[in-house]
Amino acid sequence: MTSEAPSLLNRILPGGGLRTRSVGGRGRGGDILRSASLRLALVYALVFMLSAVVFMSFIWWATIGLLEREVDAAIDADAHALSERWIEGGLPALADTIQQRLEQDVDDAALYLIVAADGTRVAGNLSGWPREVSRSDIPYQLTVSRDGMRGLAEVKAFALPGGFRLLVGRDVRSRAILKRLLADTLLWAVLMVSGLGLSGAFVVRSLFRRMVRNVARTTAAIAAGDLAQRVPLSGSGDEFDRVAETINDMLDRIARLMDGVRQVSNSIAHDLRTPIARARTRLEDASMHAASRTEMQAAIDRAVADLDGVTAVFEALLRIAEIEAGARRSAFAVVELSTLLDDLAELYSALAEEHGLVLQRLPGRPIRLNGDRQMLQQAVANLLDNAIKFSSPGETVQLSAAAAGGVVRIVVRDQGIGMEPAELARASERFFRAESSRNTPGSGLGLSLVQAVAQLHGGRLELGPVDAGETGSPAAGLQAVLVLPDTPVSPPPRPEAMEPSSSADHTPERTQSLSWVE
Amino acid sequence: MRILLVEDDQTVRGFVAKGLKEAGHVVDQADNGKDGLFMAVSESFDTIILDRMLPGGIDGLHLLETIRGQHNRTPVLLLSALAQVDERVAGLKAGGDDYLTKPFAFSELLARVEALGRRAKGESGPTTRLVVADLEMDLLSRLVRRGGQKIDLQPREFRLLEYLMRHAGQVVTRTMLLEGVWDYHFDPQTNVIDVHVSRLRQKIDRPFPTALIHTVRNAGYMLRDE
Ligand SMILES: Nc1ncnc2c1ncn2[C@@H]1O[C@H](COP(=O)(O)OP(=O)(O)O)[C@@H](O)[C@H]1O
Ligand SMILES: [Mg+2]
Repeated sequence: MTSEAPSLLNRILPGGGLRTRSVGGRGRGGDILRSASLRLALVYALVFMLSAVVFMSFIWWATIGLLEREVDAAIDADAHALSERWIEGGLPALADTIQQRLEQDVDDAALYLIVAADGTRVAGNLSGWPREVSRSDIPYQLTVSRDGMRGLAEVKAFALPGGFRLLVGRDVRSRAILKRLLADTLLWAVLMVSGLGLSGAFVVRSLFRRMVRNVARTTAAIAAGDLAQRVPLSGSGDEFDRVAETINDMLDRIARLMDGVRQVSNSIAHDLRTPIARARTRLEDASMHAASRTEMQAAIDRAVADLDGVTAVFEALLRIAEIEAGARRSAFAVVELSTLLDDLAELYSALAEEHGLVLQRLPGRPIRLNGDRQMLQQAVANLLDNAIKFSSPGETVQLSAAAAGGVVRIVVRDQGIGMEPAELARASERFFRAESSRNTPGSGLGLSLVQAVAQLHGGRLELGPVDAGETGSPAAGLQAVLVLPDTPVSPPPRPEAMEPSSSADHTPERTQSLSWVE
Repeated sequence: MRILLVEDDQTVRGFVAKGLKEAGHVVDQADNGKDGLFMAVSESFDTIILDRMLPGGIDGLHLLETIRGQHNRTPVLLLSALAQVDERVAGLKAGGDDYLTKPFAFSELLARVEALGRRAKGESGPTTRLVVADLEMDLLSRLVRRGGQKIDLQPREFRLLEYLMRHAGQVVTRTMLLEGVWDYHFDPQTNVIDVHVSRLRQKIDRPFPTALIHTVRNAGYMLRDE
């Protein structure tokens, strides 16, 4: 089956098919607008300038705008007061008042003019009615000449009874000067802000670049095979450092996985090579030295057994890889755990008896959970097999399960040889076998599979010494606990829904073969 | 039995064909899916042994689905190097009757092929009584007697004996028992089956002069009158 061979390695090595992609700097001149750092910098500058514009608009509005509104208000107040004088004393009183006001006006900014219906001047400090002013509801900005001086003024016209017309205004020359000054200032400010913004942008860009360059340089080095490289930290603990730390953590994990892969492939090379070498030696030896047919036959039979062992190891490795890849999650269904354990206890109690042991299935409330039935069977079978294998006659093996605190705990407890703390930590590594178990049959993959099944279900495998208080006997033996999350299980579907949809096309033979089982 | 063997690997095909012929069967061979399909639809066989992966455009599953689509009910044993649980399920769903992963022991293949061929033949309505020599099993009252003497069996022992009696005269492998009696499809690490068979022997054979359950070296067990 050559077509299956390539996928094999991928499945054996977790995370197989690690692909590398060249990480190269793009930074060629033509790509400059596609540079993320430049884009970021430009956005930064734009935001900076926009906020400056908003700020300066506010200053403009607050100074020039305020002055304009004050002039308007002063003109209106003046006009109002004058109209009252008119009502009180008619034209003479009005002219008088204007004269007074002009005399008191130290700023020399007030402008008044009263003209008669024919346009002749009655009072005020303007020589004649300005031609532009015709309407009385809007203010006018105009240049007026007064005492031989021209100046900018804002004026408003008011109609008086008898065809008289009143003009009230303010000289706004100083305001215009202020306006020009402010405009100059703001222009300079805009230039300076833009300059600052742009240089800030370039600072941002170079920071960004430095970070990206560090990451790119590190990943490129790793892609080239130097797995020891890490992204340098600036030490300030900023966001860049945090990104760098995350990347470094990821690299650490990858390095650990790679170590694992290397270790597994070394183990595979060793643990498969040994029986293959043994089988080969047997066959070669038989072909060279076998004196009789029976000797030859025996050698061949033993070589076949060795190769069967190789196959079993392969199958276990593939099964573990299959589980680790999460491919089995699609087979999840509601599992009656208590029944499953009862059946396994029944299967293994005969074996236990054969070894002079007692296998106790401790009673408990029925438990149902969501999982892969076959994988759970295999996992518990592996634990029972170990418990029986590493116990001595007269001892007891206990199997129990309980749901509490959101988890289901499947416990296999024995009184056998137990494990050293250092061994416990390594027990679920592939091919690990403690020194003391060298002469018991096995390949060291049983607990790896249990561990994989636990992880598939989002749980874990806990190995530890048996608590002395629980068995009554001195603390010896091993307690293996398969901790699985107690996922809420929906009520059992109606019987007709439980039948697989394909049941209709089962052949009668198959239905019968299944009925032999249950 | 007349058996059709569709397998592209020449070593495996030659070895299996030779073994089947030695066991007294007639074997027709095909080394690709197209020829295999042609033979399967044009002639009649007792059993088909079908490799899952075949060259020539028609693979094993495709072939199987095609003949099942034509209401051909010949028992099919699928051979495959794909050992994943899902692959097995896919094979059975497509209409396969049994599934054996490569590499396999020939004795396992032979036992399964003979069980399949026999099952297809012996389908003459539901049986209520199984008899082998002086051993009787009543499937309705669930009573077992040997030489008129009642034997008490645990439920699982009853099922194990029933399986052996239904396959009387045939080799039954440990895996077949694990699958057929316990419905387990995993590797039990140790030969737990041997222990259960030996317990059954204590009850069925021990008290009587002749043994009915025999161990077949390198293969499994056989219940037979001798
Ligand atoms: N119940 C136990 N008591 C003592 N040691 C155990 C037990 N279970 C496992 N171990 C130790 O852990 C090792 C790994 O177990 P496992 O993966 O099942 O491999 P195997 O059973 O093939 O040796 C065993 O070889 C043994 O040293
Ligand atoms: Mg083990």
